[in-house]
Amino acid sequence: MTTTAPGPGHSPARERTGRPARPGRRPLTLRRRESRAGLALVAPTLLVVLAVVGVPIVWTVLLAFQRVRLATLRKTGLFGEFTLDNLDRVVHTPGFAGTLGTTVLYSIGGTTGSILIGLVAALVVRRPFRGRTLVRASMLLPYVAPVVAVAFVWQVMLDPQLGIVNDWGQRFLGWDAPVPFLSQDSTALWTVIAFEAWRYFPFAFLFLLARLQAVPGELEEAARVDGATPTQRFRHILLPQLMPVIALLGVLRFIMTFNKFDDVYLLTGGAAGTEVVSVRVYQFLTARTDVGAAAAQAVVLAVVLLAFVALYLRFFAGREES
Amino acid sequence: MDRDRFETVTLRWLRRAVIAGFLVITLVPFWYMLVLSVRPIEQVLLRPGSLWVPLGELTVGTYAEVLRAVDDGGQGFGTFIRNSGLVALAATALTLVVAIPGAYAVSRLRFFGRRQVSALFLAVYLFPSIVIAIPLFVVFTRVGLRGSLFGLVLVYISQTLPVSVYMLKNYFETIPISLEESAAIDGAGRLGIIRRVSLPLAAPSIMAVALYDFMIAWNEYLFALLFLVDKPDRWTVSLGLSLLADGVEVPKTVLMAGSVILTLPIVLLFFAGERLLTEGLTSGAEKG
Repeated sequence: MTTTAPGPGHSPARERTGRPARPGRRPLTLRRRESRAGLALVAPTLLVVLAVVGVPIVWTVLLAFQRVRLATLRKTGLFGEFTLDNLDRVVHTPGFAGTLGTTVLYSIGGTTGSILIGLVAALVVRRPFRGRTLVRASMLLPYVAPVVAVAFVWQVMLDPQLGIVNDWGQRFLGWDAPVPFLSQDSTALWTVIAFEAWRYFPFAFLFLLARLQAVPGELEEAARVDGATPTQRFRHILLPQLMPVIALLGVLRFIMTFNKFDDVYLLTGGAAGTEVVSVRVYQFLTARTDVGAAAAQAVVLAVVLLAFVALYLRFFAGREES
Repeated sequence: MDRDRFETVTLRWLRRAVIAGFLVITLVPFWYMLVLSVRPIEQVLLRPGSLWVPLGELTVGTYAEVLRAVDDGGQGFGTFIRNSGLVALAATALTLVVAIPGAYAVSRLRFFGRRQVSALFLAVYLFPSIVIAIPLFVVFTRVGLRGSLFGLVLVYISQTLPVSVYMLKNYFETIPISLEESAAIDGAGRLGIIRRVSLPLAAPSIMAVALYDFMIAWNEYLFALLFLVDKPDRWTVSLGLSLLADGVEVPKTVLMAGSVILTLPIVLLFFAGERLLTEGLTSGAEKG
């Protein structure tokens, strides 16, 4: 029995009732067969992910240190001459630091906004009421709708001439002139962040709601008996229960927003002080057809992101110890 | 009135107001999209703040223009719908074919590196897609896959696989092993067990994953833009719509009609499978 660790494949009960398992070859081959089957079944998945995602990641790093342009692409091999020129060019192209700063602000703003709105949304639909299913479903709409469509709706709504927001703003809120939300420096970045929070709050909402519904009812009941008011119950009972999910959502959303390309590109095209790093990578790749520089810029993006995530994890690990 | 009573009453009213607020911010943009798509542009310019269409104004000319083929002076969205549908269906089917055995293996079988597989997926998933895009752009250009729908399908499979495997794995783990064991005692082989026992039981979860994969593939924009931009007959709806916006003479109402066409299938699918999808995505999340 000591040679076969009872695992999911076959239960110890079966082994007890059947013939005593002989130590030696037979259990080993069973185990090995399971292992082979496992590898065979998982192989296609691994193959696709490694070929289409894993290899390209490594390759980007290689490209970042090579002189590659779109025009000379067919001639360059996998290992050309290595050089630091790309990085140098990327760092010294005007706007390098500004883009990084914008990306960080955009990510922090988008993450915080989406989690806060998602938290409020989860709290208000937590208990059953009439039409709850409909409300819950409509809250997920911004997240499931195609990004191109929702970006255009926002564009049209915020349009200075025919947008509803400026029309209502002037009619009901007393704005003097239409606000070009997406094309002036003072508002563009905040508008993009608001879009991000609007589009991704359903993601936070889903996970927070699932967690909220798993909080045992007795906990809150007990606090209520002890005289805790609703806000106190939230602060001292619910929030601590939600904290791990919020922390996880924080990392996930930060990473995803940091890498985001579509939203900014579609809303502003990177104009008016909203150029984030991924849009810049795209510009290097298509407008300048400079593959090497694009790769170098992408590597910068990934490295900065890794640094942030490492910092965050360290900060949180440190906090939990104390 | 003591604090508890005060808070309870205030929060009750606040809650209603907040729910109403949420309905406004989530539904109004979509309603606005729909309203604009059936109004003539002159009327929109005249009264931009209207959220209603007078019956006399109602027009479907915008849809006709969007859907008509390019040769007939339209925008050719019919072709784009076909392309998007093909790509999304193929990506969904192939992702399932690859993900189901993978998820089964990760949930049931002990093999070398089983634990590492999940970690690898997570790591891969968190890398910026623009990082992956550059070498794929290079490779696809060289082997002639750039500009082909198949290349796009391949990328979509890789993008949806991690979450698909994760969702399916969570579901497989809830199926009692004893069911599979009794099938094994009855003489079923490994594949027979998967086909006759696990798959039928996992049907709801497989539907949820299929829905998720379809949505991701239908909505995707970056890779379509990178790979297909110079092949107008292969554009997906997302790409076609975004490039339509670059045209100067295209009125915003036509743009909104295109947006409705892009959004409608997804919203319908979503309302059909909302329950399945939300449960599939967050199962396991409540464990914290």
